[in-house]
Amino acid sequence: MLHLILFLFFGAICVAGAVNLLVQSHPINSALSLIVVMASLAAEYLLLGAEFVAAVQVIVYAGAIMVLFLITIMLLNAGKEEHTKGSRVATLIGVPGVAIGAVLVAWTLVGRLSTTHSVSIGALWGAPNDIARLLFRDFLLPFEVTSVLILIAIMGAVVLASRPEAIARRHHSTAPPQESRELVATGKDH
Amino acid sequence: MTLNPYLWLVPLLPLAGAALNGFFGRRWSKHVISAVALVFCGAAFAMALLLAAGFSSASAPYYYDLAHWLRSGTFQVDFSFYLDQLSLVMLLVVTGVGFLIHIYSVGYMWDDDGYYRFMSYLNLFMFFMLTLVLAKNYLVMFIGWEGVGLASYLLIGFWFTKDSAAAAGKKAFIVNRIGDFGFLIALFLMIKHFESLDFTHVFAAVRTLPTETAGVGLLTAIGLLLMVGAAGKSAQIPLYVWLPDAMEGPTPVSALIHAATMVTAGVYMVARSSAIFERAPLAMMVVAIIGTLTALFAATIGIAQTDIKKVLAYSTVSQLGYMFMACGVGAFSAGIFHLMTHAFFKGLLFLAAGSVIHGIGGEQDMRKMGGLRVYMPVTFLTMSVATFTIAGFPPLAAYFSKDEILWKAYSSPNGSWVYWLLGVITAFITSFYMFRLWFMTFFGDYRGAIAHEDDKSSRAGAPSTHAQGGSAPHGHGHGHGGPHESPWVMLGPLVILAILSFVGGWVGIGGRFEHFLAPVFQSGAAEIAHETAGETAGKGTETLLMLISVGAAVLGFLLAWTLYFRRPQLPARIAASLGGLYEAVSHKYYIDELYRVLFIKPLIDGSTTILWHGVDQGVIDAAVNDSATAARHVSDNARHMQSGNLRSYAGWIAAGGAVVVAYMVWMGVR
Amino acid sequence: MVPLSYYLVLSGILFVCGVLGFLIKRNIITIFMSIELMLNGVNLSFVAFAAQWHDLRGQVFVFFVMVVAAAEAAVGLAIIIAVYRTRETLNVDQVNLLKL
Repeated sequence: MLHLILFLFFGAICVAGAVNLLVQSHPINSALSLIVVMASLAAEYLLLGAEFVAAVQVIVYAGAIMVLFLITIMLLNAGKEEHTKGSRVATLIGVPGVAIGAVLVAWTLVGRLSTTHSVSIGALWGAPNDIARLLFRDFLLPFEVTSVLILIAIMGAVVLASRPEAIARRHHSTAPPQESRELVATGKDH
Repeated sequence: MTLNPYLWLVPLLPLAGAALNGFFGRRWSKHVISAVALVFCGAAFAMALLLAAGFSSASAPYYYDLAHWLRSGTFQVDFSFYLDQLSLVMLLVVTGVGFLIHIYSVGYMWDDDGYYRFMSYLNLFMFFMLTLVLAKNYLVMFIGWEGVGLASYLLIGFWFTKDSAAAAGKKAFIVNRIGDFGFLIALFLMIKHFESLDFTHVFAAVRTLPTETAGVGLLTAIGLLLMVGAAGKSAQIPLYVWLPDAMEGPTPVSALIHAATMVTAGVYMVARSSAIFERAPLAMMVVAIIGTLTALFAATIGIAQTDIKKVLAYSTVSQLGYMFMACGVGAFSAGIFHLMTHAFFKGLLFLAAGSVIHGIGGEQDMRKMGGLRVYMPVTFLTMSVATFTIAGFPPLAAYFSKDEILWKAYSSPNGSWVYWLLGVITAFITSFYMFRLWFMTFFGDYRGAIAHEDDKSSRAGAPSTHAQGGSAPHGHGHGHGGPHESPWVMLGPLVILAILSFVGGWVGIGGRFEHFLAPVFQSGAAEIAHETAGETAGKGTETLLMLISVGAAVLGFLLAWTLYFRRPQLPARIAASLGGLYEAVSHKYYIDELYRVLFIKPLIDGSTTILWHGVDQGVIDAAVNDSATAARHVSDNARHMQSGNLRSYAGWIAAGGAVVVAYMVWMGVR
Repeated sequence: MVPLSYYLVLSGILFVCGVLGFLIKRNIITIFMSIELMLNGVNLSFVAFAAQWHDLRGQVFVFFVMVVAAAEAAVGLAIIIAVYRTRETLNVDQVNLLKL
């Protein structure tokens, strides 16, 4: 019983946050709504007994990724959305498509599957050491690959986001003075 | 049948000459080209003489299988050659007259730019004609048949830069093709019913069949279809229209192909198929009727022509009619006899006409000639021999052959006095127009342009006959002071042919020629028995008929002498008084125009409208173009998907995802 | 007892909201956040099934999804910054040079 109430409570918060994300026109408001969604999702994970995942959700998702989003929004000084002429296809075909797909999936899944076991607070079964055992034994390779992936992502992000003059200055040490002046000049064209 | 391993050399030697001259002639000097052509043709002639010397009726016929060709179930056809009495006669005529004309061409075509081409084509023609004559089955004969048609096309249109020559070549080939269609169907019937095209097999099978006296049977059908082919090749009604146009070609071509050899291929083929015709009386009658009508018809056209070569062309058509008349009444050997003498005198006539044309600088209109016997004595003499021969004066060659035909037309069981009467009338007309030609060309005052190459005046005064523009493009290296005799390289063959025209008929005396050919026309044995019976019974009739035909010849001479020598102003007055009739005759009874309206124009119009605009442009081009246009339209509309707009891409993805999910659900539900 | 289907419905709602956000919103960053929303919905579904069948591998997978989402967010935001530098706009409708 308690489970159901808690589930519905956090579920409602979740849905409200998601809808708010759609409704708000300023990206900051949308970002904050998303944080709310993530937090409520962490609670849902706990209800399902996944304590490690819940913790990681809060730390990584809400704590790192969303902060990154907020930094970018503030860096780029994103303002309210203007109304531009959108795409007819998106609204005419996409939205109904999504609706139909969702309805179908729901109709298929609902009513077919059985109940979950309920968990008690003390006996959460998604313990870190169990997950760690899986990660470092069965899924060691994917684990290491993800670390490489993160490394590449870091490098890519640095390169993509850096200013052109910064790149030129790095080359400047090896190139003769003439070229650097031109490179700098092109950078100033923006 | 005995094997003769040298038969295949006879056709293939000229082929070698044609190939050598064709591939390498452009770089050789004219002397080398001439030597190659003459050597290979002469070698074929020498081989023919050797074969004749070694020929014996006891071991005839000879054969030789060169190579396998077709095998299909029980049907087989090989490249095989065959020599019996009939082939021997044709072989000697073709190689002999052909060789003489090769020699003549060396002189006639010397100044032409395409000299090597001409000699190559001449040798090529010899190859095909010899293949036709020496064939052992109808299919190899058909190779030669088609090949001579090709050679004829190449040679008629030899001066291909001239539109009329190119058109004449096309006309000859196309009309020939119509005849070939009939020939082919006859071959198909033979394959179906006799399962063979080999002469020995087919004729053996035919001889077991009864004579078809009632209605139309297989043999009648085959005979009629073969006659269609012969009508095309040998210029009989209704497919004769190409022969007068073929005079666009150089004169040696007219002599060789359209007088002596190619046009006689039809007669040879009918004679070779005598076994079939003898058992199909209806077909024989059709052959005789066509022959007789053509003879008379062409002769009437010949009296109004002004171009010397056109007169000779219609004369050829007419004489071929005689040969078919002979075959049609069952006198096949008489037809072949006339074929042989005709090769001599008609070849001579054409070559002499060529000498005349050459001597007066390319003029072909007889109204511009006259009095040439003073300038060209040798030409005059030889042409006179030929003219008297064709008119049928004894003891020259054609008297014997023509008389034989007329007698057989009267007395043979398939003949009738109608054929004879029309034949005699034709003989009279023939004599008339030939002597008209003789008088207009060689007697009287010279009416042509004198001194300088005065082509302008001759072209200005030439309205009616359309081949007039033939101030023949064979250039004259020497300046023209006036009419002159031709060089001896051209006169030599004339003299030899004149001698042959004189004595050539003597082989027929006493029926020796007929006896020689008797084994080929097996029922000819019955013919000869009948004839000897008829001779003793109607010897008087035969003498009477002979006198009548000679009388017709003399009458023609007298008429021509009166109109063209004594009172040369008369013909114009007669023509004027006849008015429309004369116009019709001089325009060849407007047959060409009739064909144009009846056949050519509907065919061209139909082809343009239905096949070109309808099928080619409307269906094929449209299919290709429209499919390309359709592809473009589809892609034009599809490219709007690539709008560069991120949200529309997302929309498409969402829609596609929904489709996939729906499909999966549907499959799961089923 | 909470039936599994409830969790799946919630997951589906989150996913649908994410897709709708992608289709409707015009700001690039908001679109990115919709993507994150979709990923979260999927994560919930994974964890729910892991609980259903008492298999920890579902949760491990969630772990990996989060790692990838983090990397993707980093790189994506860097791209957005680079695009902003040249186009001076965050409106996705105005970044449409790759069209036919």
